Amino acid sequence: MTQQTRRYPLPLLVGLVLISIIFIMAVLSIFWLPYQLGDTSGSRLGAPSLHHWFGTDKLGRDLLSRIMIGARIAFEVGLLSVAIGAFLGVLLGLGAGFAQRWMDESFSALLDILIAFPTLLLAMLIVATRGASLTSAIVAIGLGMSAIIARLTRLLVKRVLTQDYITASRASGTSWPRVIVVHILPNIWPTLIVIFALQFGLAGLTEASLSYLGLGSPPPNASWGSLLQEAQATVLTAPIAAIVPGLLLIALVIGMNMIADGLREVADPTMRRSR
Amino acid sequence: MSSKSPPIVNYIVRRLIFLVFSLFLASISLFVLLRILPGDPANALLSVGATPEQIAAAQHKVGSDLPLLQQFGKWIGQLLSFQMGDSLISNAPVGREILSRLSVTVPLTLTAFAIAVALAIPFGFIAAYKAKTWYGSILNSVSQLGMAVPVFWVGVILVFVFALRLRVLPAGGFPPGGWGDLAGAIRALSLPVITIVLVMSASLIRYVRSATLDVLNSDYLRTSRALGSSFMEAMWRHGLRNAASPVISILGIELATTFVGAVVVESVFALPGLGSFLVRGISQHDYPVVQGVLFISTLAVLTIGFLADLIQRFIDPRLSRSLTGQIS
Repeated sequence: MTQQTRRYPLPLLVGLVLISIIFIMAVLSIFWLPYQLGDTSGSRLGAPSLHHWFGTDKLGRDLLSRIMIGARIAFEVGLLSVAIGAFLGVLLGLGAGFAQRWMDESFSALLDILIAFPTLLLAMLIVATRGASLTSAIVAIGLGMSAIIARLTRLLVKRVLTQDYITASRASGTSWPRVIVVHILPNIWPTLIVIFALQFGLAGLTEASLSYLGLGSPPPNASWGSLLQEAQATVLTAPIAAIVPGLLLIALVIGMNMIADGLREVADPTMRRSR
Repeated sequence: MSSKSPPIVNYIVRRLIFLVFSLFLASISLFVLLRILPGDPANALLSVGATPEQIAAAQHKVGSDLPLLQQFGKWIGQLLSFQMGDSLISNAPVGREILSRLSVTVPLTLTAFAIAVALAIPFGFIAAYKAKTWYGSILNSVSQLGMAVPVFWVGVILVFVFALRLRVLPAGGFPPGGWGDLAGAIRALSLPVITIVLVMSASLIRYVRSATLDVLNSDYLRTSRALGSSFMEAMWRHGLRNAASPVISILGIELATTFVGAVVVESVFALPGLGSFLVRGISQHDYPVVQGVLFISTLAVLTIGFLADLIQRFIDPRLSRSLTGQIS
């Protein structure tokens, strides 16, 4: 490690703090919750108190516990949909990057259509056929983002392919698969990581929209979107229940954006001066 | 290209063929996904423990007893005649219901879009031109924040403040008289429009800002200034057209996203729009409704993309010079 990479940019640190808070809630919820989900011992729509930090919902359930489970769902959605999107997107993008002439044109025309196609529409299509579940949402979000990742990968691959070291490597008898592993992937990796981080946050936002519409993960494992939908009816008496899930969603997306910005700076020190 | 017609006509024809082709592909995919993957669409009509006769009658009514190819022919025929079949639940024709719901969704989307663009262009320009001032960076931070804010959350907060606390605007619903009650309709759409504008203009400001930054740092602007043009002249003659091009393709995607995303806002404000029709169709397993709304949405998305491409060709100096160029 050189001196330069050791100085972490401020956005990266702020982003890491925001995401860590959500991450800790998510991990904690696997082992321990302040109150179990079936526990309706609290007063209905109770105000925040020492026992119930964020108050209780209309059934008397502890809101903090439900929010912690929401954090876990947000992380599941982010990780799994980025995994799907990254796998398909990088594979497609590599193919498109190597394609020539009409193949290349059709590839990029197809990707342009797919990118213009809103993820929410794709998600509703998949939910319509497979039924509302967390899996449907994750698959839809992953598919939607794979087009974006594929287009970026294609661009990056094309750029790397023009480099002299590729020509040199090929001339010395290296096979294409080896060139991909040794030269192409390591070179495009830093830029891809940035887009993965961005998409992680946006995936949480899309899942929340689906859940808000009642097309996401079914109860009782409610995501932040369904919490908001439930809280809307009682926003006048219990505004905290509507405000907190929204703020957490903002923290998730902003946090991932900041991490992405920070990673971009670390990966490319020249960016520091131009911004 | 080998023909004698001007390049722009050539381009429009090619792009139009591409539009029709992608629409055809989309309708095939819709059909395949909705008919083959899940269980029988007739299930929506049946209760648990239906007799074989009831199942056969339901299948006959839905048309799922026909061979697949025949079903597909029927579906394409329905689309071409703008008849989308009847709802399985209410028996009302889906096409007519879609039209009536578009009369809410289209004004909602277009008004919000127009206002957001009108706000984003000046603010995005200022955010770039005055990037080093305090209000430049505030604009930039606000637009970053706008990307992260869930649109339904903004809606809920606005309802809380303006409808429940201040009681100046309705919390939701649409007048039963529709646009016949003009004042009521406008009041009903005010908060939904503001909700979309707040979120959309924030993300548009970002794009306008980065397009403007590219122009401000460009060589042609510097050259034009060096040749004696004033800043405004150089911006007007060269900057605007160059900055507009990337922004227009983003605008196309944003408009399509907003049209589809209106489903969420319609749900917050209980508006009888296209999106709430789709959500209801999905939860009731009402196939003709789901199929019809998804097709119309796809048609809208593809048409918006087509128009955005055309406008971009006309405006961008680089693209219009090479109008013989390919589609992508």
